[in-house]
Amino acid sequence: MKRIITTTVINQSGVLNRVTGLLMKRQFNIESITVGHTEQPGMSKMTFVVHVEDPGKVEQLLKQLQKQIDVIKANDITDKSAVMRELALVKVTTPPQVRSEVQSIVQPFRASVIDMSKNVTTFQVTGDPEKIEAFIDLMRPYGIKEISRTGVTAFTRETQRTEMKPDLILQ
Amino acid sequence: MEASVKSREGTAVTEQAAGTGADLLIRSLKNEGVDIIFGYPGGAVLPIYDALYRNPIRHILARHEQGAIHAAEGYARVTGRPGVVIATSGPGATNLVTGIADAMLDSLPLVVFTGQVAQQVIGTDAFQEADVIGITQPITKHNYQVKDARDLPRIVKEAFHIASTGRPGPVVVDIPKNISVAGLEADIPHPVEVDLPGYQPTYQPNFFQIQKAAQSLAAAKRPLILAGAGVLAAKGTEELRRLIEEWRIPVTNTLLGLGTIPGEHELFLGMAGMHGTYAANHAIQECDVLLNVGARFDDRLTGKLAGFAPNAKVIHIDIDPAEIGKNVPTDIPIVGDARQALEALLRQDAGKPDTEEWIARLDDWKETRPLGYTAATADGIMPQDAVRLVHKYTEGDAIVTTDVGQHQMFAAQYYSLNNAHHWVTSGGLGTMGFGFPAAIGAQFARPDAKVVSIVGDAGFQMTLQELSLLQEFRLPVKIVIVNNASLGMVRQWQETFHGERYSSSLIPIQPDFVKLAEAYEVKGYKVETLSRAEEVFREALASDGPALIDCRVLETENVYPMVAPGKTLSEMIGVMER
Repeated sequence: MKRIITTTVINQSGVLNRVTGLLMKRQFNIESITVGHTEQPGMSKMTFVVHVEDPGKVEQLLKQLQKQIDVIKANDITDKSAVMRELALVKVTTPPQVRSEVQSIVQPFRASVIDMSKNVTTFQVTGDPEKIEAFIDLMRPYGIKEISRTGVTAFTRETQRTEMKPDLILQ
Repeated sequence: MEASVKSREGTAVTEQAAGTGADLLIRSLKNEGVDIIFGYPGGAVLPIYDALYRNPIRHILARHEQGAIHAAEGYARVTGRPGVVIATSGPGATNLVTGIADAMLDSLPLVVFTGQVAQQVIGTDAFQEADVIGITQPITKHNYQVKDARDLPRIVKEAFHIASTGRPGPVVVDIPKNISVAGLEADIPHPVEVDLPGYQPTYQPNFFQIQKAAQSLAAAKRPLILAGAGVLAAKGTEELRRLIEEWRIPVTNTLLGLGTIPGEHELFLGMAGMHGTYAANHAIQECDVLLNVGARFDDRLTGKLAGFAPNAKVIHIDIDPAEIGKNVPTDIPIVGDARQALEALLRQDAGKPDTEEWIARLDDWKETRPLGYTAATADGIMPQDAVRLVHKYTEGDAIVTTDVGQHQMFAAQYYSLNNAHHWVTSGGLGTMGFGFPAAIGAQFARPDAKVVSIVGDAGFQMTLQELSLLQEFRLPVKIVIVNNASLGMVRQWQETFHGERYSSSLIPIQPDFVKLAEAYEVKGYKVETLSRAEEVFREALASDGPALIDCRVLETENVYPMVAPGKTLSEMIGVMER
């Protein structure tokens, strides 16, 4: 099962290494990771997506992350109400005869064209990972030349849903 | 040319009023109360050794960096204070890796300073450059590379704080050479407090959890306490003894927890685990409430997890929240300092359990299934005899250090400790070559104590160069080599699990250990008969100076009882019945 973990870390050299090293040492597979500054000077936020089968291992991961001196907090926000965004650049083969067709597909995704040449268009699409997957699936028949994805960045919504999922109550 | 090389490497010493970064480092160490350093100089730490020369702190020059760090571990184990180590960059630092990993797994406080090539050349594969931060990152509690000499007081303060608080562990501070030689215009005051927002260990246990634990214990029919090294780190042995005696709860130990309760205590069942006693292991399997204080449910203790303590409600007190629920599902987790948690339990008035029936049953197991071995024929010596004789002639009061393997298990089984903080062994990492240098560190920490290093013939040969320190300081360390001319535990596993194929485990060719000892001006003895052993052990252990006993024991003896890997604690083999 996919878990989305966010951590707030002190922005020191080597902190990314510490966190990814810990994941490697404890045998977690990282699907994506994003890092960037936060509103507080000297603090960074990391968001990573990991695949974990056993819920006990998620708890262990959070505790191990929390134990790092440079980690201020670590949270599993998978079951929380959260906003999640990822950006992808998708380079699609678009010869003139399909160009307008592709444009019409792209529109509902609010993807934007950021580069164009005779036969190739590069789209930028933003959204949650499912939306990006859907976009890529629709583009695939036309011929995708290249994809680059940033990985998910996320945080919890200010107002959490009042009804909680049963498995969350158990925790 | 010379000048330009110097400035490129940043080694030109700048004269400044407040001295150099290295001077500031030494002042910081003094501010932390450091009175002994174990180390080994080299190019990248020359400025630090120069500063030490001008402003001395007692420095023990080991003969290998691994010897230095194991000595620092021995020092830390018996004092509870951080052991301090200095080594140079590159090979100096990599030689420390085993000791750092050992201290990490056994939660020993260490502050390790490594030299580093100058910042200008870091990343260029300079002479004696190694990525110490990268290498030690997974085996330290925390590590630092100093980027500015003015940060040294803060970093030293934080390093000692992190190493010695919460769950203790090793901290590495990597100091590039240009930082050590950097001139300082003004002294930097030593900080009074640390500011580490991401590091706030919980000492005070949660009151409601303590209440629940007390109620569970009071209602228990067959309660059991498992005490680990966390009790020692928290200096909570007095509180533990009170809980055991006032509530009449029997107790067992992990390997590292030995000494938390005197070995002869009536409610002590002996060590539990792979080579634990019948009474201890069966008590775990049959108890209805298991109170784990400061142990981490290591696999050598638990055996097969699926069948571990199947009837027990588990209460786990640990200062490291990540240990709770890691291996064994926990019913009542208590994050906090072991001593404070035990104190809080003692203050509860939930009543006390009625355990007399349970204790009688355990006493019966202790009586009918004790530890034991068959005496050797024809005046031969059993490895257990060697430990028994050490016990006899030190009366259980010695500080005992060991390596890893058969002799370690025999020492754990047969050296009944009278005192806490007298047991120095490599548990988690299982490091051969640990015991002897650790004894040196322990002896420096406790100059008046009797320190006995019980080692195997193979492990001893991994760090025997430290005999130089016995010669140099006339340290009265007693070395007892339980010599079976083999890698005993490897040989035992090959016999049991690998069809008696003794692949690279028999080493009949050995040095003359007596001559070796004499080469270092250490009194050497060799014994091959039990009758002579009595005499030799009595004389050697009573002597004022260093001594080495090469005790030739039965080579084919195995450690029993045993829980084979993958088996539960109930499935013991080699249990002696009486």
